[in-house]
Amino acid sequence: MKRLLSAQQVANALDRLYQQIKSGLPTDEPIAVIGIRTRGEILAQRIVKRLQEETGLRVEHGVLDITFYRDDLSLRKGMPLVRATEIDFDLDGKVVLLVDDVLQTGRSIRAALNALADFGRPKAIRLAVLIDRGGRELPVAPDFLGKAARAPANTRIQLHLAEHDGDEGAFLITPGTK
Amino acid sequence: MSDANDKFIWTRKHLVGLDELTAQEIAHILDTAESFREVSTRSIKKVPALRGKVVGLLFFEESTRTRMSFELAASRLSADTVLFTAKGSSVSKGETTLDTVRNIEAMGVDIFVIRHAQAGAPHMLARHVKASIVNAGDGQHEHPTQGLLDIFTIRRRLGRLAGLKVAIVGDIAHSRVARSNIIALQKLGAEVVVVGPPTLVPSAIAAMGCDISHNLDDVLDEVDVINMLRIQFERFGGSLFPSIREYSRLYGMDGERLARCRKDVLIMHPGPINRGVEMTSEVADGPNSCILQQVANGLAIRMAVLYLVSQGTE
Repeated sequence: MKRLLSAQQVANALDRLYQQIKSGLPTDEPIAVIGIRTRGEILAQRIVKRLQEETGLRVEHGVLDITFYRDDLSLRKGMPLVRATEIDFDLDGKVVLLVDDVLQTGRSIRAALNALADFGRPKAIRLAVLIDRGGRELPVAPDFLGKAARAPANTRIQLHLAEHDGDEGAFLITPGTK
Repeated sequence: MSDANDKFIWTRKHLVGLDELTAQEIAHILDTAESFREVSTRSIKKVPALRGKVVGLLFFEESTRTRMSFELAASRLSADTVLFTAKGSSVSKGETTLDTVRNIEAMGVDIFVIRHAQAGAPHMLARHVKASIVNAGDGQHEHPTQGLLDIFTIRRRLGRLAGLKVAIVGDIAHSRVARSNIIALQKLGAEVVVVGPPTLVPSAIAAMGCDISHNLDDVLDEVDVINMLRIQFERFGGSLFPSIREYSRLYGMDGERLARCRKDVLIMHPGPINRGVEMTSEVADGPNSCILQQVANGLAIRMAVLYLVSQGTE
């Protein structure tokens, strides 16, 4: 496991992402911020908290588990626990800000878009990601981006957030090694 | 949900009984069902998890309710279903169970849900077919999804299972529901007392590690849950107790007995209920009853089971 971003670099990227969101989101439309489990959920929480503190905007907040919508479900064997999706409000007519930690192939976002469609018809869906590492397999692009990063094709970027991992930073993991 | 459960990976391809499962596996099914409950609250009550898969419902023995529950669970996961019932089928033409199942499997079935009068039929099939096997009740042996939905309902209502005392009342001797309940409850740390007349509560049941009582009134104030099993009139013509009236007087729940229970006691029944026999309407429709929640939770449990076995490899 090799460190890619320090805690400070993650904080800077998140701040950049937040500033873009703050200036890019409409102020006269109902907004719902939805994080993709697990770390997108935590990023979404932090963004919602700051939006409410600094702008006074009233934003709804939900969590999406995309497991059932993955297109590789039948390719993966032995799934970890599926968590519930928590969207207990109406999405119709809202501007939805979808939040994820790392964007690569775009398949998670495709799954998330399908899942959101089962909950209603948002006015618009915007995508915010903390780290874009390239390597897209589907036509997906973020509307708001914290940091672009480069990583070798055979590696995975793992974000650590204090709420879930105890520390902060981004790490490069090569599958099959410790 | 603990971190240990978070990391746990489900590997089983079949669910033939709760006896084979570890406490952690049972808890994992309940945790997964918790996530599936949410799907049933959506306006579009469907997720694509099993899209393109086929679930074969093989009811060698009739059961409308369990069949509907599994059918709906499969369709909420976007699977297709095919239904086989013994009545008027190849079974009456003399085909063996294994041949029947192999023929249906050849049509491209991924998961079989099996209800069979013969104890052990699902185990036999699990050894001989490639598809996943889910036991929906085999003879007097097990009914794992009923046991799971019962303990899921208890855990949701009372917040825990460990340390609870559960009374199971009625025909313990012939009941696969009782067996699956006893196994699951004990694995997750609950204590079980079985209650009924000696003809329906054999002393051999003590080997399963539960207490035995032939007097319902003795246990009323010491249990957290009372699960009233159905008297299966269709299976034996009342030869095991003198009369229905007497059974009801000795082992039926009514308002007067309920008043002697703990205030938050949970009253359960796997259905279909014989009103006035196992319990009065006052009890069945009262605030302590969770009979309809059992039915709703059954759907979430069956979605979880179908989903998990479809991911399993062994």
